[in-house]
Formats: sequence, structure tokens, C-alpha cells
Amino acid sequence: MSNITLTRQVFDINNLNLWYGDHHALKDINFPINKKEVTAIIGPSGCGKSTFIKTLNLMINMVPNVKMTGEINFNGQNILSDKLDLVELRKNVGMVFQKGNPFPQSIYDNVAYGPRIHGMKRKVHLDEVVTKSLMDVALWDEVKDRLHTPALGLSGGQQQRLCIARALATKPDVLLMDEPTSALDPISTLKIEELILELKEKYTIVIVTHNMQQASRVSDKTAFFLMGELIELDSTSTIFSNPADERTEGYITGRFG
Amino acid sequence: MKSKTADRIATGVFIAIAIIIISILVGLFSYILINGFKYISWDFLTTPSSNIRAGGGIRDQLFNSFYILLITMIIAIPLGIGGGIYMAEYAKPGKVTDIIRSCVEVLSSLPSIVIGMFGLLVFVNTTGWGYTILGGALALTVFNLPVIVRVSEDAILAVPRELKEASLALGITRWHTIKTVILPSAFPSILTGIILAAGRVFGEAAALLFTAGLSTPRLDYANWNPFSPQSPLNIFRPAETLAVHIWSVNTQGLIPDVEEVSNGSAAVLVISVLLFNLLARWIGSLITKKITATK
Repeated sequence: MSNITLTRQVFDINNLNLWYGDHHALKDINFPINKKEVTAIIGPSGCGKSTFIKTLNLMINMVPNVKMTGEINFNGQNILSDKLDLVELRKNVGMVFQKGNPFPQSIYDNVAYGPRIHGMKRKVHLDEVVTKSLMDVALWDEVKDRLHTPALGLSGGQQQRLCIARALATKPDVLLMDEPTSALDPISTLKIEELILELKEKYTIVIVTHNMQQASRVSDKTAFFLMGELIELDSTSTIFSNPADERTEGYITGRFG
Repeated sequence: MKSKTADRIATGVFIAIAIIIISILVGLFSYILINGFKYISWDFLTTPSSNIRAGGGIRDQLFNSFYILLITMIIAIPLGIGGGIYMAEYAKPGKVTDIIRSCVEVLSSLPSIVIGMFGLLVFVNTTGWGYTILGGALALTVFNLPVIVRVSEDAILAVPRELKEASLALGITRWHTIKTVILPSAFPSILTGIILAAGRVFGEAAALLFTAGLSTPRLDYANWNPFSPQSPLNIFRPAETLAVHIWSVNTQGLIPDVEEVSNGSAAVLVISVLLFNLLARWIGSLITKKITATK
């Protein structure tokens, strides 16, 4: 009884199966995700890791002919049930994509976009959200003098941080990152990794990555996917030093993948 | 050596084609302008046309051309962009969508005289309106809708998927995403399509012969009541446009100065289309700058 921890599960996924048409892409996934932890998902191309992360905010529904069974509980509510408010879910579960995808608008408008459409009208409030979000991603000092210039004028790394700021502006609990540094140079990558370590103080982060060093640097838990199955989920140190499954060991030591 | 020669020949051929295209355009423009420009005067632009005497102007025809263009665009732009949005965002790929797409394509390739006959049947006779601006505008809408639908669809499909995903992932609904992300990004291409369509409207004669008619009532430009038969703003009055006027003075004109009037009108028509193009592009780029925050 004394062992009540503060970490609680944000997501609890039970027996999740997913099919693209006839292709069984995710097989019986059971996956708890804890609050304010960074969970990294690794695995070879086509193992289902991107598919999995896209189920967490149901972006997967954009793909035609997707069928899912099982449960994805987010804060106790099964998001696969019919009663779900998709807008509410995606406000709470933000997402950052492989390539920075700012809107062709000003830096300010990009960050203010979500809050504005979700009903924030007063300029003082918007200013505050924009400032805070840009500070959270350590972009404020770089852009504070040119908030009203086009976001597409930023460098690739800055654009990606802007997209993180844009996702943070709707005040989510969870941030999903789908290979967020795969299109960035090493220095920008480093900045994003530092950012992830800071953001985990406030947010729960799930990151898909191809880069195993990255997983070991930024995450608390690591999950290894192979051919649509969750092979192993454990603390990052265990996965990288003493994995239980030989396929995990084979992958992280570079024997395949 | 051989591929180098082929390369040089290809370069030469393409340059020659470009020169041919440019010289056709320059030749046409200079022919129309040199022949017509000398007849354009303030008087020519501001006096009504005459059926018998020399010295008639094109005031009403010029106004009618712009007015029909305006009415057509008020009808065709919302329908066209709406159709484009439906085809690009809502229609599920499949037989029905393919049939709709074929219909749109066939519609755009119908000869304009056929659309004129259809307009006569439906907008003139069936409705009992007679020759009206509205009838003309509706016929021109039939004729331009497919172009705008097609251009809007292509422009919307060309917006990067990533932008749409980014917006949806923020919890923004599909309609808001279309409104705030997709349409602004597609705006420049849609505008180009609309300008092309507008040029066609401006120069169209055949579809208007039997719908907007060959005559214009005596207009009083001080009368702004759109329900008065003398008002230029009345959409239920017949209206001869500039393009139709050129056709009619050449084929059935009784005036002695047929050549002056038709050459002058042709020059005014070409200059108007040109000015309209430039103006539309300028306004378009202002809007684009405002949205994208570029200076």
C-alpha cells in the first residue's frame, strides 16, 4: 500500500489488432504508457511502429480500409468506442510528423492556429499562448523579432520546433512524435532531443525512431516491434543492456533490420 | 557525338516552337491593336451604339460585358469551388465519382453554340424571361462551371497531404481544415483557373446570342434601381455584349462605319481582357501575401 506511485497510465492498450484490408498490421498489442515518461518505439521498416503511434490519436482513420479491434484506453476512456469526441482527443494528444509541416502562414499564426479555432479569441490570451509555446520549444529567442514573417522562412530544425510549439499550443497531455528528426541535420537533431528531455517534465511523450542511439538517449521505456507484434517493452536500460528476447538483441546489435 | 547532335536539334526545335507561339501572339495583338486603336476615343467608349447612323459608340456593350461577367462569376465561382471541394475532399473514389468527373469533362467540351441553344430552350423559353442578362449568365455558367470545378479539384489535390494531416492532428474538423488550410494554399491556382474562365466569358458570343440577346434597351446610368427596366443593373433585361456586338455589326450591320466599330470594339475587348487579367493577378497576389505573411 505504501507503494502508490505518482506515475499513472495515460494510455492502456489491450489486445489491439489492426488490418489494412487483408493485411494484419498490428497483432494483439498490449501496451501501457505511463504519464510523464518518454516511450520510444523502435523496429525495422514495416514493423507497424508508425501504424501504432497513429492509432493513439486515430490519425490512422485517414487511411482507407482500416479495421481495428481491441481497446485503446486514454485516461480511462476507450477511444475505439463510438462515443468518442475526436476533436477533444486530438487536442489532448498532439502529434509531430517526420518532416516539419508548418502552414504557409506567419510564425505567429502557425502557433495560434489551434487555440484560435478551438475558440480562443482575445489577443492577449493568444499572445500568451504563442509566447509560452515558443519558449517551451526554445524557439522564442530566435524568432521573437519576426513573429509575423512566414514560417517557411525558418530552417528545417526551426520548422520542426515550430511544429512542436504548434502542437503544444492546444495544451495536450500527450505528444506523439513520428520520427521527428529523420529529416534533420545532426545539430538540429540534438536540439530536438534536448527538447524532448525538457518536455517530459510536463508531457507524456511517445516517439517512433529509426535511430537506436536516439531511443537510448531520450527515452525511459523502449518498445521493440517486429512484423506487427510488440516483441518487448521494458525500461530503456534493460532493453539496451539485457533484452529478454533474442530478436530484440539481434535488432539492437545490428544483426538485422 | 550523336546524342550531342540530337540534343542540339531538340534545343533548336523547341526554341523554334516558342518563337512561333510568341509571333502568333504578337502578330495577333498588333494586328488588332494597330487596326482598332485609332478608333478608340472617349466618345467611342461613352456613346450608345447606333443601328443606322455612323459614329455610334459601345458604351452599353462594354458595360454589359463586364456586368454579365460579374453575374456569371457570382453564380459560377461558389458552385465551381464547391464542386471542386466535393470532388477532392468528400467524393469517395469509385464509379459514381468517375461518372461525375466524366460528366464535368463532357460539359466543358460542349460547343458553345449548343449551350446557347440549350439556354434558349431553358433560360429563355421555359422560364418565360425572354432574353435576359441572367439567362446569359446562367448559360455561361454551364459553360464555365466544369473549368472551375476541375481547376479547383486539381488545386486542392495539389496541397501537400502533410498540411492537412497537421491540421487534423490538432483536432481541427475537416471543414475548418478545408477553410483555413487547404483553400488558402490552393488559392493561387484556383485564381488562375477563374481568370482563364473569366477570359472565356468575356470573349464568348455564341452562347449569348440566344440567351442575352442582340439588343440593349435605352439605359439610364443614373437609375440604380435594379428592378427598373431602364436601369443598367436590371438582370432581367436583354444585353448585347461586346463580343456579340462585333459579330452582329459584321453580319447584319446597317451602319456605314462597320469596320471602324468592329475594329475598335475588338481592340477594346482585347485590352479589357488584358486589364482584367492583370488586375485579377494583382489582387490575387495581394491576398496571397496577406495570408502567407510574405512581404
